[in-house]
Amino acid sequence: MSSRCHSLLLLLCATACFGADGRILRVCADPDNMPFSNRNAEGFENRLAELVAHELGARVEYAWWPEKLGFVRKSLNAGLCDVVMGVPSTIENAAPTRPYYRSTYVFVSRAQGVASLNEPRLRSMKIGMPMVGDDYAPPSHALARLGLAGNVVGFSGYDNRAIADAVSSGAVDVAVMWGPFAGWYGKGLDVRPVTPAAFLGVPFTFEISMAVRKQDTELRAELDRAIGAKCGAIQKLLDEYRVPREGRNTCESSLESPSVALH
Amino acid sequence: MGKKSRLAACAALLLPTSIFGQIQNQSDDYQWAMPGKNYAATRFSSLDQINKNTVKNLKLAWTFSTGTVRGQESAPLVVNNTMYLVTPWPNLLYALDLTKPGAPTKWVYDPHTVPAAQGVACCDVVNRGAAFYNGKIYYNTLDDHTVAVDANTGKEVWNTKLGDINMGETMTMAPLVVKGKVLVGNSGGEMGVRGWLSALDADSGKIAWRAYTTGPDKDVLIGPNFKPFYADHRGQDLGTKTWQGEQWKIGGGTVWGWISYDPDLNLVYYGTANPGPWNADMRPGDNKWTCSVFARRPETGEAIWAYQYFPHDDHDYDGVNELVLMDLNINGQMRKVMATPNRDGRLYIIDRATGEVLSAEPFVYQNVTESVDLKTGRIKAVDAKKTGFKTTQDMCPAPPGGKDWQPSAFSPKTSLLYIPHNNLCYEMQGVQANYIAGTPYVGANVKMYAGPGGNRGAFTAWDPVKAKPVWSVKEDFPAWSGAMVTAGDVVFYGTMDGWFKALNAYDGTLLWQFKVGSGIIGQPITYKGPDGKQYVAVLSGVGGWSGAIVAGGLNPVDGTAALGFANAMSDLGKHTTKGGMLYVFALP
Repeated sequence: MSSRCHSLLLLLCATACFGADGRILRVCADPDNMPFSNRNAEGFENRLAELVAHELGARVEYAWWPEKLGFVRKSLNAGLCDVVMGVPSTIENAAPTRPYYRSTYVFVSRAQGVASLNEPRLRSMKIGMPMVGDDYAPPSHALARLGLAGNVVGFSGYDNRAIADAVSSGAVDVAVMWGPFAGWYGKGLDVRPVTPAAFLGVPFTFEISMAVRKQDTELRAELDRAIGAKCGAIQKLLDEYRVPREGRNTCESSLESPSVALH
Repeated sequence: MGKKSRLAACAALLLPTSIFGQIQNQSDDYQWAMPGKNYAATRFSSLDQINKNTVKNLKLAWTFSTGTVRGQESAPLVVNNTMYLVTPWPNLLYALDLTKPGAPTKWVYDPHTVPAAQGVACCDVVNRGAAFYNGKIYYNTLDDHTVAVDANTGKEVWNTKLGDINMGETMTMAPLVVKGKVLVGNSGGEMGVRGWLSALDADSGKIAWRAYTTGPDKDVLIGPNFKPFYADHRGQDLGTKTWQGEQWKIGGGTVWGWISYDPDLNLVYYGTANPGPWNADMRPGDNKWTCSVFARRPETGEAIWAYQYFPHDDHDYDGVNELVLMDLNINGQMRKVMATPNRDGRLYIIDRATGEVLSAEPFVYQNVTESVDLKTGRIKAVDAKKTGFKTTQDMCPAPPGGKDWQPSAFSPKTSLLYIPHNNLCYEMQGVQANYIAGTPYVGANVKMYAGPGGNRGAFTAWDPVKAKPVWSVKEDFPAWSGAMVTAGDVVFYGTMDGWFKALNAYDGTLLWQFKVGSGIIGQPITYKGPDGKQYVAVLSGVGGWSGAIVAGGLNPVDGTAALGFANAMSDLGKHTTKGGMLYVFALP
């Protein structure tokens, strides 16, 4: 059913079909983490939530919760909402939908065009690197093995603007960033995927899904269908936010959700 | 307090003078004005109505619900016949009137801690307590404020913001107030927090000084009077030179544990947490001054000496545990020392004037270090147990350590240190997908489990002179509550499955126990009520890092939750439920 029919249906059946207030899609989102989301709903995940909600004949209601350690446990799995956007598709403590894009860690430089971890000139460069969780961003493991730990300048992973600014100002020669942050904060800078795309089994590219609670299989199926139906619009949205992507449009290529690991 | 002097005199008569040094000789006013009871952090009270003969008659006197059901780690305070309680987030401060039956609420202070702070805290939304000083109650809020509240009226006197939850910083520790300075430190470690201890003016709340754990000497407040005992602790700017590049800027070393103070030496003591990032391969070097203890002047923050327990830590062995000050006869010589049961499973006895380590013997099973060289001060790690980006199995103790934050108690009568602790091992295997702030990554899969013997905790009495245990009681769960000991020769602690226990301080015999509503991870205290009777109080309410599986409603099948602690605690929910209740006991 197209979204137009859905809206029409909503208008026609008014209160009877979905209860007094209509159907609500409750979304947990960070109130201040652009380009993903903010309290003014300006992020691409806000827009995405509205897109799929519309497809489901629902309106979005947010539960704002900082995307810190234990986000899924403290928000989605605590019942504050029914869906979260933008999780890695291999997440284990929730049920991911089919992926709707794949992005990558990238090198961001002024004009140096750094792309590979194996480039000898990295040895004489200051390399900006965000903390992600308790550790540096995944490409750091490769840098440590290459003896480049001393070239690393650490940044808080909560301040990606500062990392891009350090590249612009020359405080660092190159920085490693997660793709969507680089697209948003790195305007005018040289952005290239980190190659090789993995090191010692640590991937630098990730497929991204929405996620629901493990038992909410019906909602997940609905979201899967909505992602498939809106694939083109989603890709346009990601383009608008300059999200670097890898490979094919995952929302078109995979028709089903990845199977949920049982533990 | 008319009876005070007579009781004190009686208590003093019982004490063998050889071990009764000046530090323990601060007079006891039978109140409880700071979580450690006194600046020496002994958690020892001279009260002895409740003693090893009478404790069997101990009865519940009254209770109070905190209205919160997250981990209750704080110590109640009792000053001027008023009891003060700090709750976990939202960090309410209650004042209870002990002069009236049932101890009704005098006032409640609400600091309006922002809800978002709950999402930032790593290990439950705990608070470890307040401190009373000169008519005010001082404590920290989860969203990085230190507040001063008028102890009589409950009105806020000042409120100072010290950190930013948006950068992953929280505050959970209890302040210590020394010479008009409120000493506080930060928590958090993920995403690149840099640790500090700050001193705030007790009257105005203005920051007087801040000492960072990492960075150049001027940031660490190291100057010409800095005289560490060991050679490899000397040299300029070790807080940057023992790191690669500029990684010290986000090097961790937060200050979320305990502070002690020696008025004679005029030194404050505290420890620093683990270095970041977790992957030790990324930070070659000693990573000073993480996993260290500092001695500083309270007026200026100037460092006098430091000792690093665990250079280049790769097991999350924060060095923030309590530093219990005592004067001991060691090899025929009276020494001013501090005792600290560290996360690495060793009990350090350190000369608190100089920073010399006198002993560092394991108080729990451990296999990651061989020894501490007392000549160089350096710990020798077992190579096969080093972590990195690889699978490592059978490492003991686990990241919460031989002992975590739960403070021990020292009795100058028995000359024993009473240690509630863990018995946990862990392995690091494979990787699992995760994400934070929109950023996906794969992290090491940490799983913890019970150490040798199958018990996950123990309560041990330790002889700090002989550097040996005297007795030890096994506990099924980690003993995650504080300890408290009295001149009545009873030692109190609580268990995560909800038993509040009194043991004979000499031999560990169980003399009395009471089942409370929810597991205990709080700090027991004792005080003399306005009726002249001795009371014992403790907060019940399971949670914290160890109890997050119950307080945070974690899924017991996800063993990697709570940073791998959930695996070791999957059955806790069968033994206790959430709660938040104060229990107060007295003799009939």
